[in-house]
Formats: sequence, structure tokens, C-alpha cells
Amino acid sequence: MKTAVKEMSNWNIEKIRADFPVLSQTVNGKPLVYLDNAASSQVPQVVIDRGAKYLREEHSNIHRGVHYLSQNATTAYEAAREKVKRFINAREAKECIFVRGCTEGVNLVAYSYGRKFVNEGDEILISAMEHHANIIPWQVLAEEKGAKLRVIPINERGELIIEEYENLLNERTKIVAVSHVSNSLGTVNPVKEMIATAHKFGVPVLVDAAQSVPHFPVDVQDLDADFYVFSGHKMFAPTGSGVLYGKKEWLDKMPPYQTGGGMIRTVTFEKTTYAGLPEKFEAGTPAIAANIGLGAAIDYLNSIDFAAAARYEHELLEYATEKLSAIEGVKLIGTAREKASVLSFTIENVHPHDIGTILDQSGIAIRAGHHCAQPVMQFFQVPATARASFAFYNTKEEVDVLADSIQKVIDVFA
Amino acid sequence: MSELSDLYQEVILEHNKNPRNFREITDADRTADGNNPLCGDALRVYVSMEEDKVADVAFKGSGCAISKASASMMTQMVKGKTREEAEVLFDEFQRMVTGNLDIEQEENHLGKLKIFAGVLEFPARVKCASLSWHTLYAALNNETEISTE
Repeated sequence: MKTAVKEMSNWNIEKIRADFPVLSQTVNGKPLVYLDNAASSQVPQVVIDRGAKYLREEHSNIHRGVHYLSQNATTAYEAAREKVKRFINAREAKECIFVRGCTEGVNLVAYSYGRKFVNEGDEILISAMEHHANIIPWQVLAEEKGAKLRVIPINERGELIIEEYENLLNERTKIVAVSHVSNSLGTVNPVKEMIATAHKFGVPVLVDAAQSVPHFPVDVQDLDADFYVFSGHKMFAPTGSGVLYGKKEWLDKMPPYQTGGGMIRTVTFEKTTYAGLPEKFEAGTPAIAANIGLGAAIDYLNSIDFAAAARYEHELLEYATEKLSAIEGVKLIGTAREKASVLSFTIENVHPHDIGTILDQSGIAIRAGHHCAQPVMQFFQVPATARASFAFYNTKEEVDVLADSIQKVIDVFA
Repeated sequence: MSELSDLYQEVILEHNKNPRNFREITDADRTADGNNPLCGDALRVYVSMEEDKVADVAFKGSGCAISKASASMMTQMVKGKTREEAEVLFDEFQRMVTGNLDIEQEENHLGKLKIFAGVLEFPARVKCASLSWHTLYAALNNETEISTE
């Protein structure tokens, strides 16, 4: 079949797919077409093996024991931190705090930075396309402190209106919190430029990187991000893994988020002194297996030429955009000029949940709903959307199956 | 494996397209709002009572085909019934879609509502079918909102 889209980049898709055991199964009698990567991406065999090796041979608590297993577990855990550091190009590994996921990372900063640096009358600047995880922690903080939550508006393509952003920044702004890539629209925001603008006002910026880190290489020093937060389960690692990168100069000034074991230097009933970075922010036993798995996922991404993966995935997104746009009755929600991975859409007179159920019967996994971004749904005046989101292991053939099945949905409801 | 046609039967698709009693009752005695925060389905049920009878019942809101069709068929079914009869139907419907009522073996009054038995095979969609019924039950009991979480 001839299409207007140019040939896909040279990418050994069969070999890549073979790395992900989940992809070879059938669902409802059809080959699984997994297009819900923005919710959780799949896990390659090497990551599964690494987690299993920890559980089989190294399982024990870290940073505590002088015994063999604990030392091996600690070494593996800290090696994972070192891999994270190199992957996002942090200056130091201790600037990479392991968290349960992006949500916990944002909450950590809102709680710790927020309670120290945000006061009555101050302003917190977020955007109209944020995931609830990057709205509610700030809303709660603003309410508690008598601060004001302000919102960078978006245009009808789903892009931030940058002129408005610049007008919203002022001497009362205490932090900007914005997503790198929108989970509901796929928009890639110009965070590097936005950070530079905020820094002119002396304002630090938190970037919700949940949807960027899995899709293209990032460099936190080049971006000059103050905080950069992401989840492991969206980047081919297990749930429970995740990272808050923070510049040391901020993290050093911030009080602990949770307190307890592992984050102390000395404890008496009169006074406790805290450990340095990163332990200060890692109270309690962390998700050791999951974070070692995250390290293995980074090894995997480095082994496959991640930049080439990003190019391939982007071509797939363009192909899917073209295919779905051509179907009468389908409307794309989020048509930004810079996009990654996500294709949100609606079908005239068909509710997204019905789309989701019918596609599932064809073995296709998509997300239907508000994507934890209800303000985005309100802006586009839809109750929900259907969302296909891609990873570098998806194929053009899968996009074709998606398009055919969408046509079936339209036929059922005609 | 259950077939899709078990869920999206012609009757359901037709009620989705042309929902019955899809309107406001401006002078309703009772109204209640039903929300499914997981999927964003939201509807309002209006009830006008005459003594113990449901004299009129209607609904407005947005939702998927299953929730809309279920609300539509519910209004047809309970109109003219006593409150007690309506609550028996609520109970039977709820038990049917959660697998606690064998509609072929056990006595029930569900009639054409039996079409929703197929939803049992689609666990993620059970709440879509039952949202309007929970909302009606709330209205009959003078509660103003419910949420199926």
C-alpha cells in the first residue's frame, strides 16, 4: 500500500519487539496492539531479569547492613542512581532523588520547597495543560499559604501562549511548574526558553518530565531545569521507580519531605540532624528492585540507540496523525506543531469509553477518559478523549489496525 | 470470550442515539446528580412523585452509550411504578450487572432491562450501566448526589 508518508527510518523493529515479552501475546483472540504507553510503557526482558536477579540473589535492605547481600544491594541501587545521572546529564548523582513516581516528586517539591519559600501573596505559575499531579499539589500549597495559583493559557492547537507566560511572571512568582510534554495533548513545550525567561526573574522551574524522558534524550543542564521529575513505569521500568532531579543548591536549602529511617545523621529525643543528599529525601526503605530495574531500563535505552528510537517513534506519530486525520468523523485534540508520542482524538457522536471498549475487543489498548487533565477537557469542551500513545516498539501495521478499528467503531454507531 | 455484540446490541445503540425522557423536569420534586469521576460520566435524574408513584422521570447529562441507554430505558421502566417497585428494580438491576442475580433462574421484574446482563462480561463498564440507577435511588431517597467510585 502506497502512502504519502516517507519510508520509516532504518529501525530493526522485529529485534526491538522481541525484547518485550508482553508484546507477543494475544488479547481477545487478536494480537495485542499496545498503544497506552503514556499511561505505562512495557518492560523489556533485560529489566525483568535484573529485577528478578535482585530478588533472587541480592534482596536485602540498603545502606544498613555490613553483610554481603546488603552491600551488593546498596551497590546496585547506587549504580542505578549513577545511570540516572548520566542519562539526564545531572552534575552529580546525589541530585537524583529516587521517588515513587512523578506524582511523589512534584509533591516533594511542593511540600518542601513550597513550605519554605512560598508565602502569602506569592504566586505559583502552572499551565493550562498540566496533569492533575502538577496542579493539585500547588493548589493545596497555595490554599495553605494564601498564595495565588496562576495559569499559563493555551491556544486551540494546544500550545502554550508564550507571550502570556512572560506577562504572568513577576517578582511575586515563586515557582513555575510546567510539563515538558503534555500527557493529554502531546504538545512539546519550549521548556528551555521558558526556564531562561523564569531565571531572569530569579524564579526556579519544575519540569514534569513524565512524558518526555521516555520519548527523547534530555539534558537537564542544557535545559537548566531546577527540578526535573519523571516516573520509571513510563520509561520501560517497573512501577514504584521514579526520579526527582533537583539542583543541589535548591535541594540543600530544602527541608526533608518525609522523615524516618535512612534520612538522619543523629537522633536524640531533643534533636535530629539530617543526612545529606540524596538520603535527606529518601526516608524509609525505597523501591529497591524497581529502581534497580530503572537503571537496567536506562542501560537498555543506551544499548538501542535511543536517539534513533526517538526519530522512528516520531515518524510513527506523523503516520498515525495522517491516517486518523483522513477518517471522516475523527477529530484530533491537540494539534501542536511540536508533538511527541500522544494522539488524542474524539469520534463524532461516540463516547471515548465506547471507543475504548470496542478497540479492546480488537486487541487494541488505548486510554479513554480525561487523562487526569480535566482542565484540558474543559478547554476543548469534551468530556473525555480517546488517546493512542506510541513507543518505539509500535509499528505502522499497528497504526493501520487502529485506523481500521476506528472505522469499525464509526460503523457500529452509524 | 464475550462478543462485542453482547454489549452493543441494537436496542442499546438505538437508545443511545435517541434517548427517551432526555429532558429537564423544571418543577421536579426530587433531583439527584450522579458522577463517575473515573470516566467523567455525569447525569442528573429528575423525579416527580404523585403520592407514592413516580409520575414523571427524566434525565440529562453526558456519558457513554451504555450509561445513556441504561438511563433512557430506566426512565421508561420506572415511570408509573411505586417507589417500592422502583427500588426493587434498582436492586435487581444492580444484582444482575454484578453477577448476583441469575436472570434466567431467579424471579425478577427486569423485563427488557435484561439486555444489560451482557455488561457483566465487561467489568470496566458495569458502573456505566448502573450510574443512572444509583442516581435514581438517591433521588427517591432525597439525596442530592452520588458518586460511583
